[in-house]
Amino acid sequence: MQPCKKVHQTAAAMTEIIIGILGIAILLYVLLGGADFGAGMVEWITGKKGIKTISQAIAPVWEANHIWIILAVVILFNGFPLVYTRLTTYLHIPLLIILIGIIIRGSAFTFRYYDAPQATGNRYYSVLFRFSSLLTPFFLGIVLGAIMLGKIPDSTEGTFYHVFMAPWLNWFSFSTGIFLTLLFGWIASVYLIGEATEETYPLFLRTAIVLFSLLIVSGAIVFVTAHYYRPDFLQKFLHSYVSMACLIIATLLIPLIWTRIKRENAVWTRILVGMQTACILTGWFAVQFPVMVYIAGGQHLIVWNSQVSEKTMYYLLIALIAGIVIILPSFAYLFKVFKFKKVTSDE
Amino acid sequence: MDNLLAARLQMSVSFIFHIVFACIGMAMPWLMFVAEYKWIRTGKVWFLDLAKAWSRGVAIFFAVGAVSGTVLSFELGLLWPGFMEHAGAIIGMPFSWEGTAFFLEAIALGVFLYGWDKVNRYVHLMSGLVVGIAGVISGIFVVSANAWMNSPAGFDWVNGQAINIDPLKAMFNKAWFQQALHMTIASFASTCFAVAGIHAYLLLRDKHNPIHAQAVKISLAFATVAALLQPISGDISAKNVARLQPAKLAAMESLFKTSAPARMIIGGIPDTAKEEVKYAIHIPRLLSFLAHGDFNAEVTGLDKFKKSEWPPVLIVHTAFQVMVFMGMIMALVALMNLLFIFKWKEALQKRWWLRLLAWLTPAGFIAVEAGWIVTETGRQPWIIYGIMKTSESVTPMPGIQYSFYLVTLIYLALTLIVFLLMKRQIAALQKGTSNSSSHD
Repeated sequence: MQPCKKVHQTAAAMTEIIIGILGIAILLYVLLGGADFGAGMVEWITGKKGIKTISQAIAPVWEANHIWIILAVVILFNGFPLVYTRLTTYLHIPLLIILIGIIIRGSAFTFRYYDAPQATGNRYYSVLFRFSSLLTPFFLGIVLGAIMLGKIPDSTEGTFYHVFMAPWLNWFSFSTGIFLTLLFGWIASVYLIGEATEETYPLFLRTAIVLFSLLIVSGAIVFVTAHYYRPDFLQKFLHSYVSMACLIIATLLIPLIWTRIKRENAVWTRILVGMQTACILTGWFAVQFPVMVYIAGGQHLIVWNSQVSEKTMYYLLIALIAGIVIILPSFAYLFKVFKFKKVTSDE
Repeated sequence: MDNLLAARLQMSVSFIFHIVFACIGMAMPWLMFVAEYKWIRTGKVWFLDLAKAWSRGVAIFFAVGAVSGTVLSFELGLLWPGFMEHAGAIIGMPFSWEGTAFFLEAIALGVFLYGWDKVNRYVHLMSGLVVGIAGVISGIFVVSANAWMNSPAGFDWVNGQAINIDPLKAMFNKAWFQQALHMTIASFASTCFAVAGIHAYLLLRDKHNPIHAQAVKISLAFATVAALLQPISGDISAKNVARLQPAKLAAMESLFKTSAPARMIIGGIPDTAKEEVKYAIHIPRLLSFLAHGDFNAEVTGLDKFKKSEWPPVLIVHTAFQVMVFMGMIMALVALMNLLFIFKWKEALQKRWWLRLLAWLTPAGFIAVEAGWIVTETGRQPWIIYGIMKTSESVTPMPGIQYSFYLVTLIYLALTLIVFLLMKRQIAALQKGTSNSSSHD
């Protein structure tokens, strides 16, 4: 039965590529879309002085950046509908809050950018923009925590609290929520250092230092809560060569990033921060794979038992590859025009 | 409130809100593209002013459309997990293509909006064209997924499971072409009539401003073509619905009894208990002709279906009448515009004509909303026509009414803000251009 095995292998390879693209979509969302949310967070610290730099930095790119999460959602509901519906059913509340954050953040930012500057509404837009920029990343982190935690039930039997709240309302999810929020803020503050004017440079630098220190603390807290809530998961992390390597590289990158920031080398700082974030996510993927969602009772949703038929995966893969061929060059062009061209003057 | 009803209302509110922004996102980039093209061709500065003013409108509408579209991609699962569990694998493909088109649209729009002095003018113009093309394509993909719910294809339904899934057949189902055609034209008719109406209103107040005259001319050209094509596309749609979803057609027309020939019922209030329509106008044989192209053909009435499987007749019938009425008015105005086409300069000085256009500003969007209500409510009680009931797919999460209230509140607030914002943008346009136009 040689050919049969071969068919099976190509099917598995196809699934692995799709999962890889899902991972990349999540990474790019964190690095790009996450940074745009982070920028709103940074505004809490910089206040009015940062608004101009922040608005000009994210206005041309935030919509394109945002679409990486739509891509991730589409991959889930097309290729892994069981995962998608399980999450939307049991994590309904945090997902709804994420959506509300997405709507308010995007609208408030656009309104502030386009409304006549003398309009009195701008102050309210700013508050909404900053608040929703915290809301979405925090609950996104809560959802990621809930996916790892394994409290999502198998059926809707039980109390409302047990079924729809307990899976995400706990200290572990809370700590991943804070970690992701600070991660977004840290990425944003590093990007913004590169966009700052001479006047605002020290402001963003200070913000980066504050957020970075908090990020390290919150990262430690994630490990502590993981020790209490998911000791097995933590053990797996500590015993995985890939995860540990990622952790070590991410740590080693810290001094490098700081020297690049000091030298005001915006391009390299961004690349290094991108690598660091990639390490953090890879470290997580390495222990998570092939589980997609941990379920209470042990019937986890695994890549291999929640994917759809081969034919659908095939068409999904074609769409994704064609999409990447079209999107990546356009995306590179967008960033070339707005992010890597020397800013001549600040009008 | 019943969970199912709350979920349906939340979905309706989300669609009713999103569809306006989606339509503008499909059609308006074409207007700004044409304005910029004319600027490059003629060098007249008011075309540039117009392109910039329109692109600011596109920016605002596109942003709100993008985030409200994201909400919908989650709401499919938040409200209808029973549906998405099966449908995801079948109609996920058009969504993944739509993602690509939407990506391209967002990237090109970024270049267009913020690249005025960063890329050369031809690259800039091209980016506008890409926004327009990608917008239309992404709309077509989304609508084809909806068409599949009306005309399911590309799978076998065995013991409550979808097997032998063929995503290509599912996407190119029997309803996709007519629905995509009807929706695309509708987006142009609604957006371009609205733009023409707003500028006609501004022209009434500021007679000699070339920017508004040009704006009316460009947008009305698009609106005219769309409004004249729409009745043809509507006819294709009606014939298809008669074939594919006879219950929906019967509800649209309030045809309670199967008849040959069938008369057309215009207006009126259908009474489902007595199975009659009060205060309606009847035209003999017309429905047979419109539905099947034969004045004597039999048209299936609601009596062929169990009463529990009837769509809500009053809503579907009324919405359909509203859509057709608005469509007819727009087609009529389009015909009038054709008569004016060789002497549009004089036409633009006729106050009654500008007033008429100004009054028609919301006409297209009323038709779009009504049409969407017809297609969605007309499919009830099914979520996948003939396969799965809406009630079977609703989320087990209780208390959906609270999220319905919340979503409604947010969308109402956003509608109000966008409205005020556009008012301010338009006011700024009036102030800004009256200066620049005096130089020309």
